[in-house]
Amino acid sequence: MKEKQSLVSIHDFTKEDILRIMELAADFEANPDQRLLYGKVVASLFFEPSTRTRLSFESAINRLGARVIGFSEVNNTSVSKGETLHDTITVISNYCDMIVMRHPIEGAARYASEVSKVPVVNAGDGANQHPSQTLLDLYSILKTQGRLDNINIMMVGDLKYGRTVHSLLEALSHFKAEFTFVSPPELQMPTEYKMQLYERGISYYETSDIMERMEMADIIYMTRVQRERFSDIMEYERVKNAYILHNNMLAKTKPNMKILHPLPRVNEIATDVDSNPKAYYFHQTENGVYTRMAIMAYLFGVK
Amino acid sequence: MSQQQDNHKKGILEVSAIENGTVIDHIPPTSLFKVIKLLNLDSTKHQVTFGTNLKSKRIGTKAIIKIADKYCADEEISYISLVAPTARLSIIRDYEVAEKRQIEVPTYVEGFVKCGNPMCVTNHEPHIKTRFDVFTRGGELALRCKYCEKITTQEQIEVIR
Repeated sequence: MKEKQSLVSIHDFTKEDILRIMELAADFEANPDQRLLYGKVVASLFFEPSTRTRLSFESAINRLGARVIGFSEVNNTSVSKGETLHDTITVISNYCDMIVMRHPIEGAARYASEVSKVPVVNAGDGANQHPSQTLLDLYSILKTQGRLDNINIMMVGDLKYGRTVHSLLEALSHFKAEFTFVSPPELQMPTEYKMQLYERGISYYETSDIMERMEMADIIYMTRVQRERFSDIMEYERVKNAYILHNNMLAKTKPNMKILHPLPRVNEIATDVDSNPKAYYFHQTENGVYTRMAIMAYLFGVK
Repeated sequence: MSQQQDNHKKGILEVSAIENGTVIDHIPPTSLFKVIKLLNLDSTKHQVTFGTNLKSKRIGTKAIIKIADKYCADEEISYISLVAPTARLSIIRDYEVAEKRQIEVPTYVEGFVKCGNPMCVTNHEPHIKTRFDVFTRGGELALRCKYCEKITTQEQIEVIR
């Protein structure tokens, strides 16, 4: 491994890297108390609030025995005084051994990784990348299905703007998945991603009917259809209920099928689904801690 | 008869010849000023003459630029292909075409194209050089930003100098 390796985009990891992260996550799940980073300081820089991601990372850092410095939003920091990202990262990289950062601007994490002396882990850069989410999604698939190869995955909701579905699609392309894309016409999977699948010889099916291929799915990956994404509000009103998952829709699904969601959920999964054993979205968040432990241990080269 | 047809009949060049330098021909008229900006011709000391909306058998109408006593670097030439893929470049010595240079599309460009994504860090932070991988998609060139990973299409290319 290179001396300083960052994780900015899921493209930074090869299939072998991804598989190693899966092994490490399983190892940390079996034994979460491993103080492999004792004596290290990790900076947790949240230029925009994201309580769930921040706490998940900070829990992972603490479980690894490292200490955390940082901020959870930019008020009262030099950023609010107009300091450039370049200067902020240059200074903070002198205080720590790794930076975990969330930033509203796309590409901010890549730039930070170029400026920083220490590895940078991207905890979300605007609508661009959120690789630890993708890896925890993969770990959740592996745990529930026992494999990553040849998964039949149905992605539902906002497939146009949803960064989680784009990154997951790219990561699963290593493993010959079969994709079903379910969305309103306004929010279809962008051509660019469909062309990537086509070039890799991976099949996909597009529909606006959530029930059409549900029986075939190993994984249903739900995302939220947001009102503000629609140029025509009438169209939103027409389609909004078509992408809500109710418990009675799951009767004919495969026994191994699990429902994932990057959370937060609003109303796209009805609460009557929560008690169904096929609902996996809350377990998914626990997997996030082990996956983030795995990412940091791997980048530090201690595992 | 148009002035252009008349000139053609009289054997008069629309854009006067240069003794030594570079001629960039077959530029799409809409790309003329992008090429001028890309080559910094708006601030050059060299004598520059150009014409636009000239007849072209190859592309319908074209623009042409003649730059006296300047020979472009390979990098500059490859960048021309991004904004004017049909362009042809000739080196002139003593009023004759001494060499025709092939314009090859680069696989990577740095620092002269603006990222088309307004949310990209390169449009927010000072002093970052933009960086793109160049690839072909559906017969058209496209640039993928190394930072935000979004695509700037050939049509969207805005030259920054």
